[in-house]
Amino acid sequence: MPTWTPDPTFYPSPRMASRAPAEHLAYVAMFDPAREKPDAIAVVDVDPDSSDYSKIVGQVDMPNTGDELHHFGWNACSSCLCPNAPHPHAERRYLIVPGLRSSRIHILDTRPDPRNPKIVKVIEPEEVADRTGYTRPHTIHCGPEGIYVNALGNPDGDAPGGIFLMDHETFDVRGRWEVERGPQQLAYDFWWHLGYDTMVTSEWGTPKTFEDGLIPEVLLGSQYGRRLHFWDLHKRCHLQEIDLGEEQQLVFELRPAHDPTKAYGFVGVVISLKDLSSSIWTWYRDGDKWAAKKVIEIPAEPADPDLLPPVLKDFKAVPPLVTDIDLSMDDRFLYVSCWGTGDMHQYDVSNPFKPELTGKVRIGGIVSRATHPGAGNGALSGGPQMVEVSRDGQRVYFTNSLYGAIDPQFYPDGIDGWMVKLDAKPQGGIAFDPDFFIEWPKGHRPHQVRLEGGDCSSDSYCYP
Amino acid sequence: MAALWPWLTLAGLGAFHGVNPAMGWLFAVAFGLHRGNHRVVLLSLLPIAIGHAIAVAIVAGAIISLGVLIDQQTVRHVAGAVLIGWAAYHAVYGHRHRVRFGMQAGMMGLGIWSFLMATAHGAGLMLVPVLIPLCLAATPAREITAAGSLPVSLAAIGVHTLAMLAVTGSIAIAVYQWLGLDFLRRGWINFDWLWTAALVAAGGWLILG
Repeated sequence: MPTWTPDPTFYPSPRMASRAPAEHLAYVAMFDPAREKPDAIAVVDVDPDSSDYSKIVGQVDMPNTGDELHHFGWNACSSCLCPNAPHPHAERRYLIVPGLRSSRIHILDTRPDPRNPKIVKVIEPEEVADRTGYTRPHTIHCGPEGIYVNALGNPDGDAPGGIFLMDHETFDVRGRWEVERGPQQLAYDFWWHLGYDTMVTSEWGTPKTFEDGLIPEVLLGSQYGRRLHFWDLHKRCHLQEIDLGEEQQLVFELRPAHDPTKAYGFVGVVISLKDLSSSIWTWYRDGDKWAAKKVIEIPAEPADPDLLPPVLKDFKAVPPLVTDIDLSMDDRFLYVSCWGTGDMHQYDVSNPFKPELTGKVRIGGIVSRATHPGAGNGALSGGPQMVEVSRDGQRVYFTNSLYGAIDPQFYPDGIDGWMVKLDAKPQGGIAFDPDFFIEWPKGHRPHQVRLEGGDCSSDSYCYP
Repeated sequence: MAALWPWLTLAGLGAFHGVNPAMGWLFAVAFGLHRGNHRVVLLSLLPIAIGHAIAVAIVAGAIISLGVLIDQQTVRHVAGAVLIGWAAYHAVYGHRHRVRFGMQAGMMGLGIWSFLMATAHGAGLMLVPVLIPLCLAATPAREITAAGSLPVSLAAIGVHTLAMLAVTGSIAIAVYQWLGLDFLRRGWINFDWLWTAALVAAGGWLILG
């Protein structure tokens, strides 16, 4: 429903958004890897003054089982204030929650009680496939033409994956976004530079090659994604592809600078076939083209094969497996989740080509199984994965599961879910909040975190 | 005094269009902020005004053409129905227009954007209640000829556009130089509602007036 004045959570610029009040609630996607119980969106109290601090205070069960909730997002956000396509009186109110495995899309209304959202619409997978030709919806972004969703495959579980649009008021599925896709076939993440009318997309693989877990032959044959794609955001056509190299596999999360006048961003590559390292690349404008350069390389750590899962025994090392990154609203700090080793790194990326490591914590990890001051059960499984940063940059939340079918390949003893929070110092440095450790209810694992009112991967801005 | 009213109304509607952030001043400010240059703000106002004027001129042209073909009362009814239909369309589908220009639009792009935005919003249609008596009553004998209507029509478009430019330019400069964008968060009232109401009012006036 439109309003008389703009939604108070919309900010013209990232600078203004970084002065937003602290969030009181977090929404967390949780799924049952056994696909027996319904997946759900959990509501977590993150207000330190509340008696329910660091507790799950609400839960919305999906109507089916086996959806595999993964990523999700808001129907509307700060990009509604853009001058070229303003929708300032839309409300940030609905969560768009796709099932990555089922391709079913749920619309949750967070009003009137944000602790108790209600499912108001369910879009069945057949409708998504009929209207778009796509399945396996993944990332959600609110943007200039409504809700953008990228999907990882076609109805047969093959390529191409791509982007489709949904109406941000009626939630109708409006159709395929691409007018001219060029050589792009694989999909994973997408985001944009509103200041440069440019969309960026990354690559994982086709659903057939990941829904039963990563396939070693595909990986070793460099058949998973290794490219970045750049698109004209308004003409919807492919402009350029950048191949990061044959040894680079799984090009995942994209974090463009929030400041729309800056033409650079960061992307994480999960694994190098050469030495199992992970890397962060900076893409940037070079003349009238885009270019990309490796700016961080995180090496694998040597390990006793007895402590390693079967897929890694021959390598005698733990790969860092950088599977999520997040950029603070002031574009200063980049957070890097190393799901394999159990590290969460904080880099100062004021100079996007020369990141400096400014903080590091360890929790879980394939070999280290590091604990947390708030954990009762000692050795923790899983590692830092989906990470979300508050708009003021002072709080960092993350969970420990990657994907149902891949979790047991790296953590064969199973993953017990948890969610933790870091306190970040304004000039760099991170530490666990000892009072924030959520032992996730058995049977479900947590994945993406979204913060009330917006966070560092939900909104985009048209003004510097 | 009565002869002045249509002109004041045209100017007033120009001011109304100029105030609406979606009609251009906000784009001019964004351009200025991106290029870090206040001259870009001023320069951007020109294509915005031209695009707006062309959108209005097309409607004026259509009214004159209709006036040559059919009697004025019928023109009023047809135009009134179109206005109300446009208002309904705007209310239901106004949020889902295809976006064709962004922050990299050049001055030509900005002009086309302004034209499309004014057309889609029915900016010209909103002037029809004033344009009909002005343009179709240019001669005392009500002999409607395109030649007779042309100067007065051009004057009408000129008055409207200049008022729009003056208001949109003043706001753009004030926001860029002094106010900043923070006030958008509270001050950007729902022009879509006002706009829809204005279109319905203009349509109703044509049919009933």
